[in-house]
Amino acid sequence: MTFLEFLKTNHVFFDGGMGTLLQAKGLQAGELPERWNLSHPQIVQEIHRAYYDAGSNVVTANTFGANALKFSAEELDFIVRAAMENARLAQAQSGGDQPKFIALDIGPLGKLLKPLGDLEFEDAVELFAKTVRLGVKYGADLILIETMNDCYETKAALLAAKENSTLPVLVSNAYGEDGKLMTGATPAAMVAMLEGMGADAIGANCSLGPKQLSSVVEELLECASVPVLMQANAGLPKLDGETTVFDVKEKDFAEETAALMQKGLRIAGGCCGTTPSYIKELAETAKNIEIKPISAKNRTVVSSYTHAVEFGKGPILIGERINPTGKKRFKQALVDGDMDYLLGEGVAQQEKGAHLLDVNVGLPEIDEPKMLKAAVCELQAVSNLPLQIDTADPKAMECALRCYNGKALINSVNGKKESMDAIFPLVKKYGGAVIALTLDEDGIPATAEGRLAIAKRIMDTAAAYGIDKKDLIFDPLAMTVSADQNAAKVTLEAVYRIRTELGCHTSLGVSNVSFGLPNRDAINGVFFAMALQNGLSAAIMNPYSAEMMKTYYAYRALKGLDENCADYIASAEQWIPAAEAVAAPAKTQEEARPALQQAIIKGFKDKAAQLTKDLLCSVAPLDLVNKEIIPALNIVGEGFEKKTVYLPQLLMSAEAAKAAFEEIKGFMAGGEKAAGKGPIILATVQGDIHDIGKNIVKLLLENYGFDVVDLGKDVPPQVVLERAIALQAKIVGLSALMTTTVPAMEETIHLLKEQAPWCKTVVGGAVLTKEYAEKMNADFYAKDAMETVRFAETVL
Amino acid sequence: MSGSLIAKIEPSAVNPAEVLRYAGSKGADPAVEELLKECIAEAQREFSYRVCYCCLPLQIDGKDCRIGSLCLRSKALAKTLSGCSEVILFGATLGVGIDRLIGKYLRISPAKALLMDALGTERIEALCDAFCKSQGCKITPRFSAGYGDLPLAVQSDLFALLQCEKKIGLCMTDGLMMSPSKSVTAIFGIKE
Repeated sequence: MTFLEFLKTNHVFFDGGMGTLLQAKGLQAGELPERWNLSHPQIVQEIHRAYYDAGSNVVTANTFGANALKFSAEELDFIVRAAMENARLAQAQSGGDQPKFIALDIGPLGKLLKPLGDLEFEDAVELFAKTVRLGVKYGADLILIETMNDCYETKAALLAAKENSTLPVLVSNAYGEDGKLMTGATPAAMVAMLEGMGADAIGANCSLGPKQLSSVVEELLECASVPVLMQANAGLPKLDGETTVFDVKEKDFAEETAALMQKGLRIAGGCCGTTPSYIKELAETAKNIEIKPISAKNRTVVSSYTHAVEFGKGPILIGERINPTGKKRFKQALVDGDMDYLLGEGVAQQEKGAHLLDVNVGLPEIDEPKMLKAAVCELQAVSNLPLQIDTADPKAMECALRCYNGKALINSVNGKKESMDAIFPLVKKYGGAVIALTLDEDGIPATAEGRLAIAKRIMDTAAAYGIDKKDLIFDPLAMTVSADQNAAKVTLEAVYRIRTELGCHTSLGVSNVSFGLPNRDAINGVFFAMALQNGLSAAIMNPYSAEMMKTYYAYRALKGLDENCADYIASAEQWIPAAEAVAAPAKTQEEARPALQQAIIKGFKDKAAQLTKDLLCSVAPLDLVNKEIIPALNIVGEGFEKKTVYLPQLLMSAEAAKAAFEEIKGFMAGGEKAAGKGPIILATVQGDIHDIGKNIVKLLLENYGFDVVDLGKDVPPQVVLERAIALQAKIVGLSALMTTTVPAMEETIHLLKEQAPWCKTVVGGAVLTKEYAEKMNADFYAKDAMETVRFAETVL
Repeated sequence: MSGSLIAKIEPSAVNPAEVLRYAGSKGADPAVEELLKECIAEAQREFSYRVCYCCLPLQIDGKDCRIGSLCLRSKALAKTLSGCSEVILFGATLGVGIDRLIGKYLRISPAKALLMDALGTERIEALCDAFCKSQGCKITPRFSAGYGDLPLAVQSDLFALLQCEKKIGLCMTDGLMMSPSKSVTAIFGIKE
């Protein structure tokens, strides 16, 4: 009988703690337990056998920390082989007559992934893959990925397991007392991602006792359509004189775990502090508990690294602004590789109330797979909203889905064979819900009936790939009502019938309906309300649109989805114009010019932007820059140098100036680009992950009109050199915060001096001094951002 | 000796003046103070204070400080711990939330990033102070890897002893930096 066959009709008992028992046998703190597979095989075998004797169906081989970060390739091979052999011998020696299996155990790598730490996602996948391949080679029956406290690392491990084996994979996370992972994910978010990627069971282990884990397990049971597992600790460790003891004893542990098995927990074992006697007690206590069938939950869910968003609980707003179509300023930013602009759009839409962000960076002149991947990674560093990945290029889609942290919404598939052939395998592999457009080789049917027929065909094809209809969100296509008077009616009918006849969710790009009409917002808002009333689940929309947001809040209040109308009331304030704003006449040029200077000096971002916008109607852009913005910046900069202005104020002014520049850029986008000075390359050196200082320098340099190319943090010397040569940069600025990374800075300077001798180097950072900088052969040491600006002015 | 313990510690309330000091501000500016208020309100729910610690016997032999199975060679540390026969080794972190906020504002508002960064520094110091205080008043100042002549490289040993990754989600980069970044590991002695 295979493990999965056994799981189908039985409760499965795992083993308990290994580390605690090895320590009792003499394993020293700081010593790697995996080496004991080779040095003390009998002890490891005895522990495994004791668990089998106690009634465990599965023992986890002693490979928790067996990875290529801790061991050489050769030693890793020996360790995994010995670990499997130890488990196999124990299995043969045990007298227990229950079915017995061996799991390859995979624990965390002990490093945080980027952007929080320094480990690349793909490197993590490869590290896990090495262990997985050895586990397969040496005969594991299944893989247990456990104690993972980060969503992204869990994804890397599961991806590695799926790409390198056909074994069943069980995935278990370590939840804290707040019911979340250390990096913030809820159980619902983990279920969404793991189930989408094909985990065979999902669960919780370590960190807490069974009682404290019960709310997490209950949430898992509520969300998961696969078996749920739990391996709790024997409570919390406490110091009893010299030794550590755990505060939950066998009987309580067994009863508390069994209580969860009554509720549907299918796989149970123990973690830290538990011993064979805990498992024996558990197997005994739970032996007569009836098996609860695993039911499909039919929830349509997408997730980020913190939370899940479920369709059907209320209208879902998908912000559409990250899309270059028809936006000159956005196109310019993409071509320039100016990611900050895109990130700003993401954060602003979240603040306006979007639940998901659509991400589209498709432009003919850019490398879309590379750009989309970068956009997804960077957006996930500034926003915790789930993303809707929007591209027509399957290669770009795969790049983005692979690096996405969570379960993405995929935009889109349609009824064409070519589209389904390209997209469905990606959905199956990486998980995801997918927007399905009801069009095919013959175009968009004119009737609701026709669109429904395509939807059905898409459903059938998806099913053939093993993709459930719950992960299909149909978009029956909002067509322009000014071109066809029946267009809106047909779409609304299709929405209704897909929801009621097919039981699927729907989404619409609402604003298409008003194309070609004046005051489009009015049409959009009403059409949105009508669609919601017909069962629409989500809209791809502009969160800045007042009418759309009014409809959203009003609909929820009227549908009883907004307790005490609280959200509606809170949102209403912004629609009632403040009396003074209405009364205040627009400022004249004479009033606005000094006001702009003041706004920049005081650091009022929004005011600076608004005044610039007003002034651009009557003043030439260059005039504004040279006569207002730069003088204001100089006043603040000189104040900083004289120590009458401090760093926070300097930055606030710089941001206000940047907001003014942003208006000017928007005004001039597409036209002549003002010749900037530069370029200047900035980078935080290899090994260093702190880039606050570098970003401050960047902001100020940009405000003073320099073109800055920011290479980011942890940048290898070779990369700095390559870019310096490619761009013929006259200045490279390097930042380092830690003494340990100064050698990397020195090496970078050395390379530049040798191979890009025209290039001046300026260095800064907490640990540097003028003397240090000279010793490293840097051209200039800047003690703060203003000094860098002054230096750049002398060079360029 | 089997693993470190978890301490449940809450630091004192945020001290805005201290945050501004870390941000390099000496004078009070109403606009900056307003911005800091916003930062505190946003960051407050993102702090996840976690501390793990071990209590270990200490033997000092010249420059060698023997702490459990670990031997740290440092004159400055030996001086700090002199007269103690027991030390507490601890790791403390604010979790990833504040790093995410700093990272977010680095891209869209460096002024806020600077204040968030300073706020994180103030919070982790307050957390360490609260933990040390909870261990009684007869303690030495705390001492971290990289102080004086104690090499930063011993950070790896401290991490292994404390099991920081497993206990409090604190990891180390290849360059021996801590992630989450607003974290501290340190040793202090308990005076007789």
